[in-house]
Amino acid sequence: MNRSYELMFIVRPDMVEEEQDKLISTLETAVTSSGGKVKSVEKMGKRRLAYMVRRFHDGIYLLLTVEGGGGLIHELERRLRVTEPVIKFITVRIDEEQKRLDKIKAIRDARRKTPPAPPAEAGGETAAVTA
Amino acid sequence: MAEEIRVAAAGEGSSGGERPSGGDRPSGPDRSDRGERRPPRPGGPGGGREGGRKYFRRKKVCKFCVEKIEAINYKDVRLLAQFVAESGKIVPRRLTGVCTPHQRRLSSAIKQARNIALLPFAGRAS
Repeated sequence: MNRSYELMFIVRPDMVEEEQDKLISTLETAVTSSGGKVKSVEKMGKRRLAYMVRRFHDGIYLLLTVEGGGGLIHELERRLRVTEPVIKFITVRIDEEQKRLDKIKAIRDARRKTPPAPPAEAGGETAAVTA
Repeated sequence: MAEEIRVAAAGEGSSGGERPSGGDRPSGPDRSDRGERRPPRPGGPGGGREGGRKYFRRKKVCKFCVEKIEAINYKDVRLLAQFVAESGKIVPRRLTGVCTPHQRRLSSAIKQARNIALLPFAGRAS
């Protein structure tokens, strides 16, 4: 199963750095034990929430990119749900979107390489018209 | 060349003076052939031409097509916020000019961002 997902979750604003690291490491062990792979961990820092969540106005955003199957995601979401300091989370599947973007990029690159000829002709034409 | 300028100027004047929708509407309900042969809609791009009234509106273009932005991500709040009204609503395509495929992606990205409290569901972020 090589699907990749992005788990973004918000923890309470008063959570200290060590506790965040501990939470992340427990999640990482959960991922590796069920056959997945952690691609990246990003701390996006403290941010103001757009609306109140569990009486909090601020939150610390964390982003985890993992590779693995649906069972793994199920387990991770269960863990996030029971972890008390986590106030909100969202999981987004990203591999299909990434595939689409790569395809578009490849097409654009191919197009950029092929046509360096036409501009000279067009320039001559407009010059004739203005004359 | 001169003619064109004159026509354009006339068009500007008429569009300012009378609202296009005001002229035809009152006779509408009385007509027996209602529903057929409607007068051209005033709002549509280029619709002013056939109606005899000439006014010009800049053609709206899709920001994502023009700037070649393909990745519409829910994390990109600054991009998404441009397409969210003050009230938190998603701005309709007819106002922003975004093309259908991009609007589809945009709206789903906005909804994801709302879910993770990056954008408000309603009202200004407070």
